[in-house]
Amino acid sequence: MVLVLCFGLNISLGSVSIPFSDTWNSILGGNIEKESWHYIIWDYRIPKAFTAILVGSGLALSGLLMQTLFRNPLAGPFVLGISSGASLGAALIIMGSSLFSGVLAFGFANDVVLAIAASFGSFLVLLVVMVVASKVKDTMALLIIGLMFGSITAAIVSVLSYFTNAEKLQQYVYWSFGSVGNLSWPQLALLTSIILIGIVLSVLSIKSLNALLLGENYARSLGVDMKKSRYLIIIATGILAGGITAFAGPIAFVGLAVPHLTRQIFKTTDHTILVPAVLMYGAVLMLLCDTIAQLPTSANVLPINAITSIVGAPIVIWLLVRKRKMIF
Amino acid sequence: MTEIKKKNIALQTKNLSIGYQTKKEVTTVAKEINLELHSGILTAIVGVNGIGKSTLLRTLGKVQPQLEGEIEINGKRLQDYNSLELASVVSLVLTEPLASKNMTVLELVTLGRQPYTNWIGALSENDKTKIREALERLELKPLRHKKCYELSDGQLQRVMIARALAQDTAIILLDEPTTHLDLYHKVRILKLLKSIAHETNKTIVFTTHEIEMAIQLCDTMLLLDGKTNPFGQPCELIERKAFENLFPANAVSFDSQTGSFRIEK
Repeated sequence: MVLVLCFGLNISLGSVSIPFSDTWNSILGGNIEKESWHYIIWDYRIPKAFTAILVGSGLALSGLLMQTLFRNPLAGPFVLGISSGASLGAALIIMGSSLFSGVLAFGFANDVVLAIAASFGSFLVLLVVMVVASKVKDTMALLIIGLMFGSITAAIVSVLSYFTNAEKLQQYVYWSFGSVGNLSWPQLALLTSIILIGIVLSVLSIKSLNALLLGENYARSLGVDMKKSRYLIIIATGILAGGITAFAGPIAFVGLAVPHLTRQIFKTTDHTILVPAVLMYGAVLMLLCDTIAQLPTSANVLPINAITSIVGAPIVIWLLVRKRKMIF
Repeated sequence: MTEIKKKNIALQTKNLSIGYQTKKEVTTVAKEINLELHSGILTAIVGVNGIGKSTLLRTLGKVQPQLEGEIEINGKRLQDYNSLELASVVSLVLTEPLASKNMTVLELVTLGRQPYTNWIGALSENDKTKIREALERLELKPLRHKKCYELSDGQLQRVMIARALAQDTAIILLDEPTTHLDLYHKVRILKLLKSIAHETNKTIVFTTHEIEMAIQLCDTMLLLDGKTNPFGQPCELIERKAFENLFPANAVSFDSQTGSFRIEK
């Protein structure tokens, strides 16, 4: 219900002000005043709203998976360097293609390749984090390692940008601002299937996620095949975070904040409830952030990444202050 | 004695060696462990710190691999069980902290039914009955909607035992269930374990430092002394003077009359 409301609000507001009645008429196939409005709504705002829903729910879900897998309340695609990994993959494709011109540049800069590269980058970081996590039991150390990965990828990206041309650099910088607005319907279909795969894998992991709340040894004693379920969860996280980062750029805090918010609201740790709830709240939060980013009635659009940080960071701080400690 | 002998052997070890295995070396903690546990009895594993009580318990629960010898559960070798089969035969209560203390008591106990539920974890009527029974037996009904971080150590221990009980296994292994508890709660937990073992015909094994309490309450005991590792009924072990060698000489001595330890002055 809230989701539908936010969806309506999101497509009603934008740089060009279109009356509510006309928005609804356009969706429902009725008559509207201007033909261009119909075009704006169908080819720009609705895909954008769908993208926001997919991005928000996907990121929130990957955050939930990681928090449970690492048994760490601070885990999230952004904090553990997963998004940095995806950024590195994207940077290599966008900017690297001009460096290693010839073989690589040929037909490489399309979206599918970008998505694969970003997913691959995030997988790589996730796997390294997993290996480190099995050796280092200290969660604090793990987070610092995640930050270090962020630094390393940032360093590689700056080396790349030093050598690349201005046009490619600008393309990358825009990508790193994050945006849910640039997707065409076919791209949207691709993103949808990526997210759906991620959701299916997560739903299959619900039981082992619940068992993991006890700890790994207990989970094993409950008959959970740890190796298999760990890989399932990692693949789901990698696909979700990587795919989304490829299409919408690195978007901060949704993955971290939404699972905490959802646990507070539903007062449960049961993943049969948390998984769908997190998907919904992620979508709602993302739609709201995007609506704010559009700065309704003005011609400017703010980078969505900035808005999610401005909204997400205070939520995390508020949760910490209210509860005094982060319980997950 | 004869009555116990007639019952089935639930858990048996033959010349078991336990310890840790890394790529470079094998560290044997204890060896020559021979156990024969029947159903419906309470067994304590005692010994000094570092002798391998917890290692033994974790090996029996397949948390870590055995080094040598045999472990048989219901006549089948432990390594022949897959994890799901084992989950319906052995349940664990470990010393490691819970990953998430944000769970409610009910949610935690419900997790005990995981080996029996379908792919999404839906509870059947039978599952709900088992959960209710476990909560009632451990006197947790009034606490069932509390979060785990709100509980005292003693309450949390009861919750963990309830979870193991809900798992409805023939064998329950507990690693130091009485640590951090005061005298009253220690006795309470051990008495509960004894009544569970006798009334539900389960085999319950736990490690403990409460030797005197174990002597009074347990049906059988395993004394890890690093040499012969005597196993038997407490009175029998006292007759064999097995407790005398449990601790290094000159520190404490065992009084076989009262079944208690005295500090040597």
